[in-house]
Amino acid sequence: MSKIEIKNVYKIFGDQPSKVLPMVKDGATKEEILEKTGHTVGLDDVSLSIEEGETFVCMGLSGSGKSTLIRHINRLIDPTSGEVSVEGTNVMDLDQKQLIEFRRHKMSMVFQRFGLFPHKTVLENVGYGLEIQGQKPEERNKTAMEKIESVGLNGFEHQYPNQLSGGMQQRVGLARALATNTDIMLMDEAFSALDPLIRSDMQKQLIDLQSELKKTIVFITHDLDESLRLGDHIGILNGGRLVQVGTPVEIIMNPADDYVKAFVKDVNRAKVLKAKVIMSSVNEANGVDKSNLIKINEDQFIDEFLPKVVCTNANCEVVDKNGNIKGYITNKELQSSLTKS
Amino acid sequence: MGKYKKYILYSLYLITFVTMVVVAYTTSKYRPESVLVLFTDLSWLGNWPKWLDLPLMPFLNEGFDKLIKEYGMFFEGINNFLLGLYTDMKNFMVGLPWPILMISVIVLCYFVSGRNIGTTIMVAFCVFFLGFLSPRYWDKCIMTTCIVVIGMLLCLVIGIPVGILMARNKKVRNAILPILDLMQTIPSFCYLIPGILLFGLGAVPAIFAIFVYAVPPLIRLTDLGIRLVDKEVVEAAEAFGANKKQKLWGVQLPLALPNIMQGINQCTMMALAMVVIASMIGTRGIGDEVLLGLQQLNVGMATEAGIAIVLLAIIFDRITQSYGEKIQARTHIKKNIKL
Ligand SMILES: Nc1ncnc2c1ncn2[C@@H]1O[C@H](COP(=O)(O)OP(=O)(O)OP(=O)(O)O)[C@@H](O)[C@H]1O
Ligand SMILES: [Mg+2]
Repeated sequence: MSKIEIKNVYKIFGDQPSKVLPMVKDGATKEEILEKTGHTVGLDDVSLSIEEGETFVCMGLSGSGKSTLIRHINRLIDPTSGEVSVEGTNVMDLDQKQLIEFRRHKMSMVFQRFGLFPHKTVLENVGYGLEIQGQKPEERNKTAMEKIESVGLNGFEHQYPNQLSGGMQQRVGLARALATNTDIMLMDEAFSALDPLIRSDMQKQLIDLQSELKKTIVFITHDLDESLRLGDHIGILNGGRLVQVGTPVEIIMNPADDYVKAFVKDVNRAKVLKAKVIMSSVNEANGVDKSNLIKINEDQFIDEFLPKVVCTNANCEVVDKNGNIKGYITNKELQSSLTKS
Repeated sequence: MGKYKKYILYSLYLITFVTMVVVAYTTSKYRPESVLVLFTDLSWLGNWPKWLDLPLMPFLNEGFDKLIKEYGMFFEGINNFLLGLYTDMKNFMVGLPWPILMISVIVLCYFVSGRNIGTTIMVAFCVFFLGFLSPRYWDKCIMTTCIVVIGMLLCLVIGIPVGILMARNKKVRNAILPILDLMQTIPSFCYLIPGILLFGLGAVPAIFAIFVYAVPPLIRLTDLGIRLVDKEVVEAAEAFGANKKQKLWGVQLPLALPNIMQGINQCTMMALAMVVIASMIGTRGIGDEVLLGLQQLNVGMATEAGIAIVLLAIIFDRITQSYGEKIQARTHIKKNIKL
């Protein structure tokens, strides 16, 4: 069973969503619906499943429905039709009380526009989730201070959000979500307001956190490099429709349509593709010139061994950890994988 | 389906209108012997015919009589309660030596305004000038103040919860908004009369009138203030599992407070305006003096009393306003605080 399962979810914004739903189901596009009925299609038949312990990254242009999708998971938005289950329970079946318990203990969220409480200090903001859970002030302040430190904001704990810069506010939002230490984290453009240095630092922290705690993270971003770095799976939304879900490599190697192609065209493939992905396997690789070979590990990225190949003009022999030969990489493979289609 | 709904609604309007005309016709004393006369003698098209007259007045009077008969006890209960409150409060304040009362107001202002010396000095001057203008005014201002304060409390106790309900529920809002419009557009003299009939002459009908007149802006601003709170901030509270109560007290009300304070301030000003008008139905207070001056064509007297009312207004305004500013400063700290 997947941790989060989304099945045929439609979301239509407007006065009479149920009347517009059949049109959407018949395949009308977002633009047509808007023109004919004045309703906005937020999500159009989205189905996906997110496994326990993975980072699922959601990408798409502005207005494609990313924030709408993530809000369905903790039911800040009710779907017009379809089903959202978390750990096997349909969130629509929860009553008010269960929903509150579910939100308190199962998941936390980072908001795109931060959503900080302007009348609370940084410390109170970060401790909010714990306060709602009913923790004593001393206890929650201690946890909150740890999280504030981990996002590099020590010294600012008694300031108010509007005394901080945008990036600092975003880190407060991040610390607030981390403080409750929930299984599932929903992160809506959680790093978008950060400068490159802190951003890369935060990405690294998130990866470390992931390798340690194995949370289930749904992460929204506009930045392809970020999504490739963080995501175990990537889903791409266009006009409310999920056009492709796959691992980073699948997305780059086989973009489903022009929209996805446009997304991936500027990516630095050498930094994303691993040797094992591009190699020809042993039995396919007939007639490889084996006189001049260098050994590389199957998990190395192209840009790690490319300089050596260029300098020595050698072919590569791909081996696994134990030294077994898995395949070969020649100029042909390098060329086809590094050329932008 | 939606199309037909509209036509059903239109025909309902039409039916209501026709029924009203028929009722007006059949109940009118002035109607012609038979309907046929209307078709032979067309003179009724010239001036508005006497028989085309909705019998609203007798209907309302009857309804009102019934109301008093059936709920007389209820209104008397309210009357006694409010009157008792008013009398006690007034007697207490009138009984205090004036310097003590004056100093209390100044001290109150000092703390409420967040120790703002300028505001405090200004209010102190105004308080002093009330008695300084004419010694008679002191007690009358106390009466006026008591009525305004009680009216205000009533507005707060009822207005803020109603505003909260409206912000929470669209249906409630749609139901209440027309009532608020009605309360604000009906000229105040119209509900002074039922006020007198329900509560007799004096302070209580004035409190009633203040309530009707001054509560709408408070309700509106409470509702608006809560709805204007950033949606994502409220969502954040929800996402962390805040229940309705935690959301309201922890997030919505504190963030709506500047608007609510604005509502309270407006409410006070309107209450003061109303209490002056209410002097025409025999409410004792500083409004009397204006009325007296008017009746005696005594320009000096009326103006003097007018100035006293302005001073009273300034006192009320400064105290409520500066309290609002203080709260605002706490919740929306400016980026560069003074060091
Ligand atoms: N509350 C709402 N009422 C009406 N329409 C809405 C609402 N929320 C979102 N929408 C519409 O749904 C669509 C998707 O919005 P959403 O916020 O999910 O986009 P997004 O992918 O998060 O964009 P961005 O990258 O700019 O944050 C948009 O067309 C938007 O107009
Ligand atoms: Mg968004």
